[in-house]
Amino acid sequence: MLFNRYRRGLFITSFLAAPVILYLVYVISPYVQAFYIAMTDWRGVSATPNFIGLENFQRLLGDSVFWKAVTHNIALLVLLPVITIVIALFFAFLLNVGGRQGVSGIPGSGFYRVVFFFPQVLAVTIVAVLFQQVFRPDGSGMLNGPLMGLGLNPVGFLSDPDVAFWSVLGVLVWQAVGFYVVLFSAGLASIPKDMFEAAQIDGANRITLFFRVTLPLLWDTVQVAWVYLGILAMDVFAIVWVMTDQQGGPDWSTTVMAAEIYRNAFEYFRFGYASALGVVMFFFTVGFAVLSLRLSRRERIEY
Amino acid sequence: MERKRRLGPMGVLTHAALGIWTLLVTVPIVWTFLASVKSEDEIFGDAWSLPATLQWDNFARAWEQARIGQYMLNSLVVVSFSTFGTMLVGSMAAYVLARYPFRGNRAIYMLFVSGLAFPFFLALTPLFFVVQNMGNVPVIGQFIGLNTYAGAVLVYIAYSMPFTVFFLAAFFRTLPTAVAEAAMVDGASHTRVFFQIMLPMAKPGIISITIFNILGQWNQYQIPLILLQDREKWVLTQGIADISTAAGYDADWAALFAALTLAILPMLVVYTVFQRQIQSGLTAGALK
Repeated sequence: MLFNRYRRGLFITSFLAAPVILYLVYVISPYVQAFYIAMTDWRGVSATPNFIGLENFQRLLGDSVFWKAVTHNIALLVLLPVITIVIALFFAFLLNVGGRQGVSGIPGSGFYRVVFFFPQVLAVTIVAVLFQQVFRPDGSGMLNGPLMGLGLNPVGFLSDPDVAFWSVLGVLVWQAVGFYVVLFSAGLASIPKDMFEAAQIDGANRITLFFRVTLPLLWDTVQVAWVYLGILAMDVFAIVWVMTDQQGGPDWSTTVMAAEIYRNAFEYFRFGYASALGVVMFFFTVGFAVLSLRLSRRERIEY
Repeated sequence: MERKRRLGPMGVLTHAALGIWTLLVTVPIVWTFLASVKSEDEIFGDAWSLPATLQWDNFARAWEQARIGQYMLNSLVVVSFSTFGTMLVGSMAAYVLARYPFRGNRAIYMLFVSGLAFPFFLALTPLFFVVQNMGNVPVIGQFIGLNTYAGAVLVYIAYSMPFTVFFLAAFFRTLPTAVAEAAMVDGASHTRVFFQIMLPMAKPGIISITIFNILGQWNQYQIPLILLQDREKWVLTQGIADISTAAGYDADWAALFAALTLAILPMLVVYTVFQRQIQSGLTAGALK
């Protein structure tokens, strides 16, 4: 008996040792250190850091570039989920209940799902370079070519500071929609078909069907989508860093928190300051998580 | 008979709406494929012209000079080890945390899962120095420091733990206990029960998360960006990101499109073959 207890303990320890040690060394310890480094003036690779308290945080309050980045993240936090979810819900609805009588899937829905989902498997850097070419400012650009062909002025998708942010948003939506179409389709598939048929018999049209039956039953999945997309919006990096002019430009019009952290740490070598920006990003992310948990407390519909 | 009617006006509108998005997804990709066989002049000319002759040597230049072949091989090396390692230690941790109550179990589980909520960029700077310091560890340091594959692999594994443990622990909890208990009575060890009974039973969950990790690690950009700064060691995402900034590349646009095509095509092939598994693997987490 005692031997069995001993064997069990040994087994637990041996199975947990490697994952826990790796996780503590590479994940937990950097996160903890970040809070300390944020309160130092550490610069450069060889310099020794001095403790300076909250000075970095005072300085970042006046850092207009960083606040621009924060504004962009917040704009993305609102726009990316809303646009993506609306488009994805629309397509998921069309694919699954848009068919005959409004209750069945449409022919070819499998094909659409496969195509829509594909951008999701591409690396963000590939998507970034691809759209850099699509958005070229002259007639050789995929979009500007036809525009100029029609006699219109070319649009500076990435070179016009008023437009560049929307280009970034557009690419993010382009890549994300398919994933949520598949997610919502899976959600719809788990709703019993007789729900729709019953509503249909009661005389509901497609629009009523969508707002009164589909949406309430999918609400849980929509909330999950909102949290996922919100986190995506907070973490945006590669699209901005690789696709945009001057990595967050032109004129800081597309920069985001992650890009400023990277820039400060690995281009300006301000390790202390970059960590302070990281701490601010941490509180934004946690704030978003808490907020979305609060808002999502809603009666679940049982079926 | 009623049910076999032709496509009504609603049906046409539905297909039109879906068709527009299909074009939005496919046209940029097809356009890139097309540009990959154009000459430099054609690329800078009318965006929608077809190539006069197919310039296959663009691919040769992308493969050799832009070193896409080298970067792909590097990605392959890193991801094979990191995904295997992630699945091995991740499933071990998830299994113990899901099936063996002990003091501290809950705390360790929460420690792993809390990683899902942290923004990676908070850890960015310290992580660089952690790995740099690893390089100074006697004997093994030279293998796990900056610019080493093993160093990057360990970091990939560590950052894949939160989701892997979260998902697999939930999966192990749903499995029946009877078989494992019977095996224990017959004298099988805990380790043997795990590898020969529980792991095979958990196969559907393991497959989903393996796909999730392969894709996530293959597409990883931030971690190699700071840990593998040596050009020789770059992975594919770094190579692709670099050619567009034209640094050290003489802006060979034709080869850039060829390189993009080379990076997209394998994904397209793998996706076409495994699309069902990939879709369920990637959405698995959100549906839990």
